[in-house]
Amino acid sequence: MVPLSYYLLLSGILFACGVLGFLIKRNIITIFMSIELMLNGVNLSFVAFAAHWHALAGQVFVFFVMVVAAAEAAVGLAIIIAVYRTRETLNVDRVNLLKL
Amino acid sequence: MTPPTLNPLLWIVPILPLAGAAINGFFGRKASKQAISAVALVFCGAAFAVALWIAFGFSSASSPYYFHLAHWIRSGAFSVDFDFYLDQLSLVMLLVVTGVGFLIHIYSVGYMWDDDGYYRFMAYMNLFMFFMLTLVLAKNYLVMFIGWEGVGLASYLLIGYWFTKDSAAAAGKKAFIVNRIGDFGFLIALFLIIKHFHSLDFTKVFAQVSTLPTETAGAGLLTAIGLLLMVGAAGKSAQIPLYVWLPDAMEGPTPVSALIHAATMVTAGVYMVARSSAIFERAPMALMVVAIIGTLTALFAATIGIAQTDIKKVLAYSTISQLGYMFMACGVGAFSAGIFHLMTHAFFKGLLFLAAGSVIHGVGGEQDMRKMGGLRVYMPWTFLTMGIATLAIAGIPPFAGFWSKDEILWKAFGASWVYWLIGVMTAFITSFYMFRLMYMTFGGEYRGVVAQETHGHTAHGHGHGEPHESPWVMLGPLVILAVLSVVGGFVGYGNRFEHFLAPVFNGASEVAQETSREAGNSTLEHLLMGVSISVAGLGWLLAHLLYSRRPQLPARIAASLGSLYRAVANKYYIDELYAVLFVKPLIDGSTTILWHGVDQGAIDATVNNSAEAARHVSDNVRHMQSGNLRSYAGWVAAGAALVIAYMVWMGVR
Repeated sequence: MVPLSYYLLLSGILFACGVLGFLIKRNIITIFMSIELMLNGVNLSFVAFAAHWHALAGQVFVFFVMVVAAAEAAVGLAIIIAVYRTRETLNVDRVNLLKL
Repeated sequence: MTPPTLNPLLWIVPILPLAGAAINGFFGRKASKQAISAVALVFCGAAFAVALWIAFGFSSASSPYYFHLAHWIRSGAFSVDFDFYLDQLSLVMLLVVTGVGFLIHIYSVGYMWDDDGYYRFMAYMNLFMFFMLTLVLAKNYLVMFIGWEGVGLASYLLIGYWFTKDSAAAAGKKAFIVNRIGDFGFLIALFLIIKHFHSLDFTKVFAQVSTLPTETAGAGLLTAIGLLLMVGAAGKSAQIPLYVWLPDAMEGPTPVSALIHAATMVTAGVYMVARSSAIFERAPMALMVVAIIGTLTALFAATIGIAQTDIKKVLAYSTISQLGYMFMACGVGAFSAGIFHLMTHAFFKGLLFLAAGSVIHGVGGEQDMRKMGGLRVYMPWTFLTMGIATLAIAGIPPFAGFWSKDEILWKAFGASWVYWLIGVMTAFITSFYMFRLMYMTFGGEYRGVVAQETHGHTAHGHGHGEPHESPWVMLGPLVILAVLSVVGGFVGYGNRFEHFLAPVFNGASEVAQETSREAGNSTLEHLLMGVSISVAGLGWLLAHLLYSRRPQLPARIAASLGSLYRAVANKYYIDELYAVLFVKPLIDGSTTILWHGVDQGAIDATVNNSAEAARHVSDNVRHMQSGNLRSYAGWVAAGAALVIAYMVWMGVR
């Protein structure tokens, strides 16, 4: 059996990749995907713990996260399309109309 | 003492001038001058009429009157009410205040007729009367204190009446502030009385005081109360060291000076000391301080009076000097003699001021005696009446001042010959400077500028012609007061005045009678009387020599005296001394510590700096909101990292 620490390590790496992408990428779609990566990194740790402790709550949580992520993807992509239509770019550095 | 009887007229007397003041003060701006005069005179005259009515129903045998107007303070067992009280002492004061005050009101109509703020002036005058009557008729110290503060307020308003003039505004402030110092002493005395006697009612306090032993050895509670009351009296009645406001108070219109000096205000201190005679009797040390202060003030102020050239300043210093006599009398236990002098002084000093006002009016606002002279020809009535007042204040028999001053000197001699000697010296100086004033003003040739010669542009800018006699509305009061100055002294003939006041000063007059019995033979009394008459005559003679026969002599004498003369002419530099000792340190301290230090340094700085800090912080924090999505993301990540680090750290711990 694969020990828990491996799963957690992988989950951490996934999450860190997500954060890194989130911070350094300029393309809004990539940023969006990085967020998904972070969510899934966390999901992985949830299910790993659930399997380790034989507790269902972790798995239930993962379903919830996936549902929310799906909803978020729907809303998020719609916003991205709207942004692209008005600004004709996906570069977040140029989407800064709220700048003081 | 017989129990007091109820008399509902008592509260009517003070309320009448208040009503007059209110009507004139609120509605006077648009009213005609005739209406304003009518209101002021009717209410003031009505007060006098009621006072006379009360006086006719009151004899020395009858019991004091009292009237309970309303509750005021009820706190446990302690209570203070709006109560009025009238005994022989208040009756004398009541008649002096309303009578002389009424005459001064009549005079003011003539004197102030052309002034723009006529209604304001009349309202203040009535207000002054109201507060003084409250003071005189009070049944307890607190109601007295209302009147006490009220006359302070009214005097402030009236001294600074011409408030556009800097010197007048400053004089008003000075009077008010110096009086505050005295009031502070008075207040502390009241606190002591409340603490130890649990009441402020005159009868209750004095009843308790009379059970206490006389504080012959050392100082005790009563001495402390007495001294503090004296501080208050010194402020109000212009005694050393708080007399400095009175000469400056000459900035007010002349009727105000007359009102302050003769009928109201300065007599309040004497009245208060006399009213508290029960306390002072049992505190010989406080009484001695009163006598010493009075004696010194009498001499000190008289010497300053010699060298003044402003006609009103001379009279101001003479008032201080005469008040010194009154305190001297109170200090040796002869309270009735002090009140007697207060009354006669009200007549002749009121007259002197009104006459001086008439002179000033006649020569077009000039107050410098060096620019007067020869006015005898131009204003015979003023000359005649002022001459009578001068004879009265100088102590020439049979005028009023002679009787009261001689009474004081006789009683003072019974206490100590030192008081008497200084008193006689003062009498000499008084006689000298008063006749000097007369000769400089009325004698010789007119030294002022006459309009005909200079074609309208006179030195004082009034376009004033020759000196002229004042209208009858001003001369009438002069004549009445002159008559009173002649006959007023006979009230005291054969000690009748003293017997009249005896029920009030029962203890004190015993003391005085004892001393007079000890020293008492009529030969000595007549001898002393002769001495005081002859010094008065000498003073007259000297003034005649210097200012009538050889008018160039005074200047040479002044030159030969040099610095001494300069010191006297500059009032011994007391004002400058006070400025260096008290005023300047106070202003400097307030500026550096309170203004720059506390106010600007601490209070303003706290507010300003916190606002400044908030601005700085927000200026910096503002840049966080860049509108850049990735920088927001960075902040979120950094925050999350911080939270995680914290939790990890907590977990490890």
